[in-house]
Amino acid sequence: MAAPWLSLRLVAPMWNGTRGIHRLGGAVVPEGNQKKERTILQFLTNHFYDVEALRGYLLQREMSKVHMKNRSFTWLEEQHGPYSAGAFFILKQGGAVKFRDKEWIRPDKYGHFSPEFWNFREVPIEAVDASDCEINYEGLDNLLLLKELQSLSLQRCPHVDDWCLSRLYPLADSLQELSLAGCPHVSERGLACLHHLQNLRRLDISDLPAVSNPGLTQILVEEMLPNCKVVGVDWAEGLKLGPEEQPQDTASPVLA
Amino acid sequence: MIRRVLPHGLGRGLLTRRPGTRRGGFSLDWDGKVSEIKKKIKSILPGTSCDLLPDTSHLPPEHSDVVIVGGGVLGLSVAYWLKKLESRRGGIRVLVVEQDYTYSQASTGLSVGGICQQFSLPENIQLSLFSASFLRNINEYLAVTSAPPLDLRFNPSGYLLLASEKDAAAMESNVKVQKQEGAKVCLMSPDQLRNKFPWINTEGVALASYGMENEGWFDPWCLLQGLRQKVESMGVFFCQGEVTRFVSSSQRMLTTDDEMVILKRIHEVHVKMDHSLEYQPVECAIVINAAGAWSAQIAALAGIGKGPPGTLQGTKLPVEPRKRYVYVWHCPQGPGLETPLVADTSGAYFRREGLGSNYLGGRSPTEEEEPDPANLEVDHDFFQEKVWPHLALRVPAFETLKVQTAWAGYYDYNTFDQNGVVGPHPLVVNMYFATGFSGHGLQQAPGVGRAVAEMILEGSFQTIDLSPFLFNRFYLGEKTQENNIM
Repeated sequence: MAAPWLSLRLVAPMWNGTRGIHRLGGAVVPEGNQKKERTILQFLTNHFYDVEALRGYLLQREMSKVHMKNRSFTWLEEQHGPYSAGAFFILKQGGAVKFRDKEWIRPDKYGHFSPEFWNFREVPIEAVDASDCEINYEGLDNLLLLKELQSLSLQRCPHVDDWCLSRLYPLADSLQELSLAGCPHVSERGLACLHHLQNLRRLDISDLPAVSNPGLTQILVEEMLPNCKVVGVDWAEGLKLGPEEQPQDTASPVLA
Repeated sequence: MIRRVLPHGLGRGLLTRRPGTRRGGFSLDWDGKVSEIKKKIKSILPGTSCDLLPDTSHLPPEHSDVVIVGGGVLGLSVAYWLKKLESRRGGIRVLVVEQDYTYSQASTGLSVGGICQQFSLPENIQLSLFSASFLRNINEYLAVTSAPPLDLRFNPSGYLLLASEKDAAAMESNVKVQKQEGAKVCLMSPDQLRNKFPWINTEGVALASYGMENEGWFDPWCLLQGLRQKVESMGVFFCQGEVTRFVSSSQRMLTTDDEMVILKRIHEVHVKMDHSLEYQPVECAIVINAAGAWSAQIAALAGIGKGPPGTLQGTKLPVEPRKRYVYVWHCPQGPGLETPLVADTSGAYFRREGLGSNYLGGRSPTEEEEPDPANLEVDHDFFQEKVWPHLALRVPAFETLKVQTAWAGYYDYNTFDQNGVVGPHPLVVNMYFATGFSGHGLQQAPGVGRAVAEMILEGSFQTIDLSPFLFNRFYLGEKTQENNIM
């Protein structure tokens, strides 16, 4: 949960500046490094109820923001069909969508995207690039509507964890490429439930900090999915890893 | 002499301002003088030192609204939901009494840690579903500011239950009920089983049910520590001690049919400290029996079951400790990463543990083979004779395995129908039960805690209706039997 803690660190020092009376009698806080800020914040939280309550409130607010982003668009699904609703969900989060035989649709830096996809009622979505999106377990409701999805990229998603991976089995018939690189909460326990995805041809599990033994995990996942090319970790860990290319702008590669 | 010294000292001490003495270098050592005078008085007068208020910081408080006997996952879950659902912040004072802070014999820590929705009773399925969503959102429920988020180490690999010919029909109807309640379970034929899990030997298997989502296993210690941390931050009192006595009052009342019935109300709980005879009488309004394997003793202390057999007064709490073994073994050619928790037709079960080809499992003994629950010693012959043959039959790779370690733990086994007891006692009106779950207490703890808290605060079950689990059924003889117990 990098985002909530980060915002707390940013807010608290400002708050300290305006409510100086709550600081201990005249103790001067130097410009200080991260560690010092954290221990002062800790001290204040342990000693003052209002600091604790404010931090708790900010944390709850961050969590409810993520919940709002991941609500189910059931009304949109009824009106415009599952593909458009799913596309709207991904584009709103900041990801990119590719319909079959069309180009990638991405939001620009202001978050605006072209509304042409509302007309694509019957056109299935082939590829989704949800890198750096705040998708969580509930948000996958909208993603699982896309029954013919072939390529899914969940790189660096901060809320994708083992529970989310256990929900991906409905896409087993069509999913051929999956990328989980850089997700901070995915561990080998979540990778174990990818065995349902028998049509998977390419799986990227590089840079997963929560995996305890990347080399061994790579071997076990390769055994589990014999037809799939598992990239990301070289089992001989001492060797230098080559640069990993993720071709997101071209059509989804189908590896035989 | 004293008369001359004291006014001299007093004059200096009172007329000159306090900061003056603080400035140091002051020749009159006032603090030293006080301690000397105290010592002189002590030596003159006999008896103990003049401590008007003895130190009771190690004792529990004298008054508490709710006393929870038992600090395992069920007791802490009830404490958490009581504090969460109370209408006014700080409105209820809760005290949790646990006899052993190391939790060396508590069922929670020794548990295999599985959670599954494959039960035959709809209430059990709903409890497990709620617990799964609780565990999934554990960092929202149990968030403590300035504590790191909890990592439950949850393996979402699911449960695979195998059924022989004679159990196949029951399994099909169970799966139908499970699907109705919202569990994601699917049925598999022996061919599909062989396809998906090539290491299984499907001889004797007619049908299998496989849980796809919200099933698996996790670390029970992490849940316990997380609950403990959160509950302490919400202001619950903890005490390490043993409940030795309930002081209660009785009242004779007439029912609507003009029958005399004696209702008891517990007023005080005597909590005895460890390694001493000292005890604290805690005045309380409600007592919750979440003592797990020791629940029957607590119930007997309250007078439950003291009466002629066959009457409501004579109905004891039918929960007793049963010892279960768990063995950990290493098998290099064993099933791979995708292995669910497999429960065989014979009752033997196993699951993977970690990345290194280690597995753990066991089997529930039959009634005749029940081991003596007096201690937690492990019987290794039980594995050789009763568990290994079944495992080797089901998974041929397990013919070569090496047992690394083993431990034993208690089930708070409900001898009546192997399901939990939840809710108030009909005669001892302020004792509530949350015990007797016979091996699935851990996975139902969040739901049961919420149900008991609702019962206490609102007077009835609000979200999940656990009326089939009330105490009355022991007297009325109505069993709520659960068929899928491991």
